[in-house]
Formats: sequence, structure tokens, C-alpha cells
Amino acid sequence: MVGRRALGAYVVLEVGDEAVAAAPGQFYMLAAVVGWGGGEGERPFLGRAISALFAGDGRVGFLLEDVGPGTGRLCSLAVGEELWLVGPLGRGFDAPPAEREALLVGGGVGIPPLAMFQEAWGGRALLGFRDARHAAGASLLKDAELATDDGSVGHAGYVTDLLERELRAAGEVCVYACGPPAMLETVRALTLAAGVPAWLALEAPMACGFGACFGCVVATHDGFKRVCLDGPVFEAAVLA
Amino acid sequence: MTAFCGIELAHPVINASGCFDALAAREVFGDSLIERFPFAAYVSKTVTLGPRAGNPPPRLWEAAGGLINSIGLPNPGIDAYLETHLPAYAALGVPIITNVMGSTVEQFGELVERVALRDEVAAIELNVSCPNVATGLDIGADPHELERLVTALRPLSAKPLIVKLTPNAADVAACAAAAESGGADSVSLINTLRAMALAPGATAPWLGGGTGGLSGPAIRSIALAQVASVAASVAIPVIGMGGVASGADAAALLDVGATLVAVGTETFRDPAAGRRIANELAQRFAENAA
Repeated sequence: MVGRRALGAYVVLEVGDEAVAAAPGQFYMLAAVVGWGGGEGERPFLGRAISALFAGDGRVGFLLEDVGPGTGRLCSLAVGEELWLVGPLGRGFDAPPAEREALLVGGGVGIPPLAMFQEAWGGRALLGFRDARHAAGASLLKDAELATDDGSVGHAGYVTDLLERELRAAGEVCVYACGPPAMLETVRALTLAAGVPAWLALEAPMACGFGACFGCVVATHDGFKRVCLDGPVFEAAVLA
Repeated sequence: MTAFCGIELAHPVINASGCFDALAAREVFGDSLIERFPFAAYVSKTVTLGPRAGNPPPRLWEAAGGLINSIGLPNPGIDAYLETHLPAYAALGVPIITNVMGSTVEQFGELVERVALRDEVAAIELNVSCPNVATGLDIGADPHELERLVTALRPLSAKPLIVKLTPNAADVAACAAAAESGGADSVSLINTLRAMALAPGATAPWLGGGTGGLSGPAIRSIALAQVASVAASVAIPVIGMGGVASGADAAALLDVGATLVAVGTETFRDPAAGRRIANELAQRFAENAA
């Protein structure tokens, strides 16, 4: 690990990685080399699937929030400690169609794929957070319009309120979203109702991250699909 | 080289059925996987007569020192397996062991007969032990039922028959002896242990399948005891598995009588685990010989 900084409620990790750089929406499986797995009776045991925040020049970055034993251990790492990385994995976002404006709808720790998207292809960001401390994460994207649950920054309410307003406006848009399941479900329903194309970067607990365990499946109109191999980015219309 | 049921293997480390997925791994890691295939043989995921979608999610729970899964044996069915999966496996350059499961003796019979016709298959493993599926538990946990099944299947193929034993039985050594009496060429164990987790803050099961199978380091000591017991009870070769994550773990199973060692859950954490463990094992052998 070559860099670490606190960002409000989050931690940004930077890892030296000489291998192929991740594309927007791709992820890695992360685990600390020491204090992880193997030791009987201890969680964490499996790697954690974490989206790339940036990648290039021999470095890849991740945005983490301490919400459990795995992310807690990752957040506790100091520069110079080692991680296991498997990746980059998964199918990320495709470049947006030229004739539509890309709206990037993100929630909480789910914003990294959108940061990479914006860096690669631009797009207008609408981001939602719990409170001002978490909203510090918005600095990872350019010119984001914000919503917070407690109203401390930006719109008081959900980021999907902002999306609803945009969908009512006449513009030709397409939507790229990543965030908590309830937010993504609302994005899916709103965009489907508005007839607006949308791509969602999903999250699921994974044992492997590379298609072997079949543990991370999501229901689609074409049966169960693996989030790790067929996703994590899915077109909203294919999800059941 | 390691000899197993007339098959020559480069080393004694293979994969456990249902974990490492050679097709997905090739898609993700490319042809370098073939050049450095991590296992001495490839054991397929369980194949059934018809296609199976698997259990509803959630399918995974991280337990203390391991993993509970309720995947539910998703597979494309025997037709698609023989047509597309098997030829792709044949390109891996290692012997292929096809794992099959039926819910009746007749279904098992049809599966064994069809797999037996294919030259790409070096051996057939019978899944009589998957705790996610009610039928597997019944046959594999009852020595009489198990002997009846293996006796019926034995004449259907000249290929080695491996019986994958369930650890969820009163007397696993008796089940192993029954498989041997029925004509099995080998037994493999342990499969996952039936386990359950509750959803956080709730009183209902977390897994979509209700219960699942526990694997990983948490079951390593149980595997060692069961492999030792079975190896002492039968004359046929034993494939030992359960929580193997290092050369030392593999060596322990060989020390108590296993001929081969299989690696399962560890390949989720480290897709190259098979090669790493085989190298660690070879190093131990070299040190012991010196």
C-alpha cells in the first residue's frame, strides 16, 4: 500500500499495481496480507469486492468505509503494509452514447465507479450521502450536486429526488448509477418508467470475484447472472 | 508423478468439485491459465440430467474461518455439458473428472452411461453427498443405499468411479466401505458440513436455501479425522479435502492415508492456490528426502 488518507467518513487507499489498469466500473478483491483469513475462528476470511476509484501510473485507488470486520481491517492498514489483490475484475461501464447527456447517480461509498466514469467520459454527477461527514466524498467527482439524508449539505432528502427532477426535464439523458440497493432499485424504477436507458453497478457479497463460486447471482429476465462476471454493471432493463 | 486409479498425475493436488471453475477462470485470466493450470486434474462442477438454475440468493455467508454456501448446483444439464463444457475442459491439458448427481439410481445410470462414452473423461465422480439437495443426503448417508447405487452403476462404465462421501452421516467409514463393496475405485471426502446462519438482526435463515454447506479452514480438523478414519477402513485410494489452504494442510491429509488432496474454498481467495499448495508440498517432500 503506497498511500492512505482520510476523507470525511471515508478512507482512500492507494495500492501500487503494475498490472493492467482497471476500467470504470471494474473492481478488485481486496484482503490484507496480515490479519486476514487462515487464522481459525476469525473473520474476515474472504476478500472484499471493492470498486476501483482510480487506476493508472502503476497505482490503483479504493474508497472504503469501516462498516464491518473486513472493511475495518482494510481501513486500519498503514502505508507499507501489504494487500492481496485479484483484479481488475468484472465488466465495467461502456462509453456513453454521444447523443445523450450522462447523468451519474451515486450514493455513499458507491461513488468510485462514477468518479472513474466522469474522468474517462465526463457526465453530470448527482450524489447522495447520509450527512456532511460522508458528503466529503463528493470531492472525488467534479461539480457534483448533492443531497443528504439529514439536509446538512445540498438537497434535504434522497439523490433519487434529484434524478426525478432531471427525468421530468425535457433533456435526452442516460443514467449511470452505483449505490445502496434501495437507491439502485429506485433508479431502476424511475428510469424504466421514464423510458431512459440506465446502467447500474451492483454490489453483492462474493467468495471469489471471478465467476467460480456462483454465490453473487442477481435475478435477471434471462435467469440468474453472476454479478462478478456478467456484471457488476447491468443495464437496468435486464434486471428482474 | 502420482498414480491414481491408473491415471498419471503431475502432482497430488486437484480441485474440489464445485469450487474452481475452469471456464470462468479462463474467461477472466486468459490463456495463461492453460499454460500454468493450477491442478493436476480438473474435477467438473456437478452435472445433472436437466439444467438447474440453482438456489435463490443470498447464497453466501462468511462464517468464522470459512464460508457457508447454498449455491444449489446450478449447471446446464448433461446435454450442454457434453456438447460445450467438456470439449473446453479437454483443452486444459490435464485429466478430466466429471462429477454427476442424480436423484434416483436410474438418473445416475443414465448420467454414467453418457459420460462413459466420452474419451475426454478420465474418471467419474458420483455426488451422493451434497447437503443442499435432499436426494444426495439420503443416498450417501445410508451405507445400504450407497452400496446398492454403486453396485448398479459399476457395470455401466470401465472408467474409474469415485464416490464423493458426505460428512453428514453417522458412520462415514461404513459408507466408504459400502462404496468399496459396491465396486467403487476411490472415495473422496469431505464434502461441506450442513450449516445455517441467521440474517443479521433477524430470526430467519440468511441463505436463500435455508441451510447450506460449511467449508474452509473451519472444517480442516474434521476433514483430517474423517479422512484418517476412512483411509484406515478401505483399500481403495482416498481423495482427501476440507479446508486445505497450504502445503502443510495437504501433507497432513496425505500423512493419514490420502492418495490425492483436493483444494476447494481456498481457490476463491487465491485462484492460483492449487499450484502454490503443490509447490509447497513438493518442497516438503524434497526437504524430507534430504
